[in-house]
Amino acid sequence: MLRIEALTKTYGDVRAVDDVTLEVPRGQLVGVIGRSGAGKSTLLRMVNRLSEPSAGRIGFEDADVTALRGAALRRWRARCAMIFQQFNLVGRLDVLTNALLGRLNDQGFVASMTARFTGAERADAIRALDRLDMAQTALQRADTLSGGQQQRVAIARALMQQPDILLADEPIASLDPRSASIVMDALRRINREDGLTVVCNLHTLDTARTYCDRVVGMMQGRLVFDGAPRELDDATVKRIYGVEAEEALSETVTSTQLSAAS
Amino acid sequence: MGWATAGPGPRSPAYAMASTASTFDGDPVATFERHYAEVATQRRRRTLLFWAIFVVILGVAIDVSTFFPERLAEGLPKIGGYLYDTLPVLRPEHLFADVETAGSLAYWYFNLPKYAGLLFTTINMALFSTLLGAIGALLLCFAASRNLAPNWWIFTLSRRFLEFCRAVPEVVFALIFVYAFGIGPAAGVLAIAIHSAGALGKLFSEVNENVDHGALDGVRAAGGNWFEEMRYGVLPQVWPNFLSYIWMRLEINIRASSIIGFVGGGGIGQELHYVISFNYYEEVSAIVILIVLTVTCTDLISERLRHRAIGRENLM
Ligand SMILES: Nc1ncnc2c1ncn2[C@@H]1O[C@H](COP(=O)(O)OP(=O)(O)O)[C@@H](O)[C@H]1O
Ligand SMILES: [Mg+2]
Repeated sequence: MLRIEALTKTYGDVRAVDDVTLEVPRGQLVGVIGRSGAGKSTLLRMVNRLSEPSAGRIGFEDADVTALRGAALRRWRARCAMIFQQFNLVGRLDVLTNALLGRLNDQGFVASMTARFTGAERADAIRALDRLDMAQTALQRADTLSGGQQQRVAIARALMQQPDILLADEPIASLDPRSASIVMDALRRINREDGLTVVCNLHTLDTARTYCDRVVGMMQGRLVFDGAPRELDDATVKRIYGVEAEEALSETVTSTQLSAAS
Repeated sequence: MGWATAGPGPRSPAYAMASTASTFDGDPVATFERHYAEVATQRRRRTLLFWAIFVVILGVAIDVSTFFPERLAEGLPKIGGYLYDTLPVLRPEHLFADVETAGSLAYWYFNLPKYAGLLFTTINMALFSTLLGAIGALLLCFAASRNLAPNWWIFTLSRRFLEFCRAVPEVVFALIFVYAFGIGPAAGVLAIAIHSAGALGKLFSEVNENVDHGALDGVRAAGGNWFEEMRYGVLPQVWPNFLSYIWMRLEINIRASSIIGFVGGGGIGQELHYVISFNYYEEVSAIVILIVLTVTCTDLISERLRHRAIGRENLM
């Protein structure tokens, strides 16, 4: 169980995340929706402590995540994997090494500086890549892959972390519709098969409706909706998206058209 | 003078567009000409000011350095005289005769085995000092990058340290090390290595400051520590640039290591200093020619290798 209590992040006068309280039970696939600037990324980055909260508390199981420092903090980041809109792979390294980076947290200093991974770790990496149907690209440089393929490698890296939670910050926002549905399908499959908790920021509504168990709506840093996808009525959508409502609704048609059938 | 002098031609598409969707008031050509004239005047003024300042500085510099024409006129013939003295006496009929015969090439280069050994030392000094310098720069450059340093203290300390290494001339370091460790290549290598570390460290950290932070975030989010962030988030991106800087430094260091011997830093420079001091005129020219040949050859080889390396950057 992930517990977020009164979490707040301010940048100067901007309250990027404003007093958000949220509980996510194990195994749930939660979609966070909201227009750009609503604070979705900031919320996720605080959960994995890439960003320091200004106030509030994050707890996981019995641990106080907000209090972690140093090695314990890095261990938490490893347990709480994250994938990004821009994939954030190391473009000049091959796919296999990128997947192996998910194990950095277990490596000794010399082993990680010299990129020495064990045979068992390599085998795990290949298996993780294979789950994403990317094993055949293992020795290719990451920056030669398409966006959708890169995101699948990023998911494989996340799996290598053997995480308790997977955070996804707009994982499909820069992908074409077909790649987008492949990536979302992969996230949902991993969520179901491994019982992995997934919190996923989504710009478009339909993706959230198609894939998520639960949808959380944010507006100007505040939590303004929390419920099942079917509870999202037009009035709520208008409230969350404001002037972008049209766009959010129309983009849906292109973003997950293919997967809606699956 | 940039784009203003080129300007859009009368029939260019840009001109056609301007006449349909004009952003100028009234006649676009007249407006442009007026604006152009203004810009040109401004530039002329700036150029004039630049030359005025330049002339003043030049005057001061000449005065300070006592670089006067009459001294120059007096000194130049002396240079000619010295150069003439260093020329070997070569006799065409004996040119390829053995070491014993005065006037042969072999006689001139009677010390060639010794020179070759010293030259080998010099090149090794350059290689080794570049390697040491590159390692030093690599270790410090991440901490000396504003965007990567873990905190302000480490950033400032490593940056100041690199500045110090770079600001002190190699010869000064060499003098100190010769005093401490005695005459020989070790002092020269250390001196050049420290200066190289400073120079390379600065260049490296500038490359680091333009790095894309995506990969860094990725490594951090996976639980990597600072060293792992640098190793995987930064190094793969910057390594090709680092390599070309190291290469450039090697070329510089071959020159530097032939000179460093003058203060006791070992290699061919030390021999050159010796023959100059003892007025072994013919040996001076023999050694200078060898050094010039070496530097030219390394530059040529280096250029070849660099061209071959372009496009093949899978070095990591
Ligand atoms: N590093 C930062 N510095 C200053 N303001 C920021 C920073 N990151 C985010 N913000 C601000 O916080 C608000 C929320 O941003 P973000 O979490 O990126 O929104 P979203 O991901 O929903 O588009 C925005 O107003 C944004 O301008
Ligand atoms: Mg965002």
